[in-house]
Amino acid sequence: MIKLENISRDWKEFKINNVSLEINERDYFIFLGPSGSGKTMLLELIAGMWFPDSGKIFMDDIDVTMLPSEKREVGFVYQNYMLFPHKTVFENIAFGLNIRKVDKKEIQKQVEEMMSLFGITKLSNRLPRTLSGGEQQRTALARALIIHPKVLLMDEPLSALDRITREELIKEFKRIHKKFEVTIIHVTHNFDEALQLADRIAIIKEGTVSQVGDTDEVFRHPKDEFVADFVGTENIIRGIARVGEDNLTTVDTGNIEIKSSEIKTGSVHATIRPEDITLSNENVPTSARNVFKGFIREIYDLGTIIKLTIDIGEPLVLVLTRQSFLDLELNVGKEIFVYFKATAVNLF
Amino acid sequence: MRKLDYTTIFFALMGSFLVLFILIPIVNLMLSSDLNSIIANLKDSQVISSIFISVYSALAATLIAVLFGVPLAYILARHDFFGKGFVESIIDIPIVIPHTVSGIALLLVFTSGGILGAPLGKLGLVFTNAIPGIIIAMLFVSSSFVVNSAREGFESVDPRMEKVARTLGSGTMRTFFLISLPLALRSIVVGSILCWARAISEFGAIIILAYYPLAASTLIYTRFVQFGLSNSTPVAIILISICLTLFIIVRIIIKGWRSYDKT
Repeated sequence: MIKLENISRDWKEFKINNVSLEINERDYFIFLGPSGSGKTMLLELIAGMWFPDSGKIFMDDIDVTMLPSEKREVGFVYQNYMLFPHKTVFENIAFGLNIRKVDKKEIQKQVEEMMSLFGITKLSNRLPRTLSGGEQQRTALARALIIHPKVLLMDEPLSALDRITREELIKEFKRIHKKFEVTIIHVTHNFDEALQLADRIAIIKEGTVSQVGDTDEVFRHPKDEFVADFVGTENIIRGIARVGEDNLTTVDTGNIEIKSSEIKTGSVHATIRPEDITLSNENVPTSARNVFKGFIREIYDLGTIIKLTIDIGEPLVLVLTRQSFLDLELNVGKEIFVYFKATAVNLF
Repeated sequence: MRKLDYTTIFFALMGSFLVLFILIPIVNLMLSSDLNSIIANLKDSQVISSIFISVYSALAATLIAVLFGVPLAYILARHDFFGKGFVESIIDIPIVIPHTVSGIALLLVFTSGGILGAPLGKLGLVFTNAIPGIIIAMLFVSSSFVVNSAREGFESVDPRMEKVARTLGSGTMRTFFLISLPLALRSIVVGSILCWARAISEFGAIIILAYYPLAASTLIYTRFVQFGLSNSTPVAIILISICLTLFIIVRIIIKGWRSYDKT
């Protein structure tokens, strides 16, 4: 277990302000926040790369506040991997064991195991600059995990990768988390990543924690406007996906069926951005594949725009300009037709 | 075929001035003496000993500069501290002041009665008119090349790479030797070559601090003053040949090194 108690540190241009957090053993914990919010600094504080001006850090109930990095037994993976460019993939992975003066044969054995686990055995003698982003990331993970750290810290580990590699690595992270039974703290500004990976999330804002909780809780009940803005006023609906003959995916939420142009099967989250949803008082013919009849449950007046929650079997949030709101003559409880295209539905 | 525009042609013509300005005197010098007089000079023990003194003293000065300059460079590359700008300026001072002035400044301190010369003299280290004098004259004028180049080398190593090494269990000193130093080595070697070359060519500070034993540059000057151009030219050719040969060899060696430039 990792516990931060009132951690503060001032870097002049930057500040971590009175952060308290508890991260449970084997949690997949995500620090989510916009860039410049201090999440990387927080991660580096946990790794012992900086010492706090005040506050305490505990790992397994031992005070490690002033312990240097090399004694903390943490694994660290950076966005640009930070592989040692003068060492081969093998030498990079073996680094931690060499430092620990592990027997040569044992190193050989463990590194080979690691490389085969990550599918990078063939790259053993290559230098980092000859590797793709995904290969570098796997090498960096292997290098961090071979010392069996108490916690694996990852700073934006997926941001530099293309979409396909990112999807692959998300699976890889899930696998690692299970296999190594390691606590993971993962920093990101991407809420999709958080949704797919996290057990628990902390929203970081300007060097402070604005909300901590289970993933669903944070997304469904954002505590304040900042969290709501940041996690997006998106509609997130869970369901089971199947691919139909029309080459569209149908997501069965238990209450309604949503069509998406993305091909996925199994348990998924569907997201629909509020601005992609249109409303009408009558059932007009449309090219949109998703048409639902619902009723207005809540209306929030946000000044120039109006936010509505419409119950179509699932709650759906959308926004309207004040003018369209007035034109449609909407009020709570009114029946209304909701339209959105299959391409507006993202699945993951 | 690549088409050259007028701007490129014009700039190339302007630019070739300096190249020729440097190349013509050097080539002319190399061709201005006959082989016999060069061979005769190679047999002259005074010439050989002065060249040896120059090469050896420059090497010693370079090693000292590396030993003390690399730690300084690392500090400058990694830390911000009060007075950093001041330290940086001090390192660059020898580049901007006339070398004879450097020589006088050194002489005042390192003469047998000077504030450093006196205590060191008691330990048996004499600087005036001795090889240690040549070495410190060279060190004074050339060490900034090592510091500045090594610093650039360390600055190009991402500090996060060192941080990762630390999390893997490597202490700060070990991280320096396993990660930072190997990655900055190329820059350190380039700086050392510049330092060594600058040291070997030093004259102004040397004649003030240690005219004797004759370093090569001093010998060339002495011969020129005493016997004229024809006597000093062969020595100059020998010195320049040795310098260029060493320079080329080291450049070829470091060219063969693996380069880890960031992609």
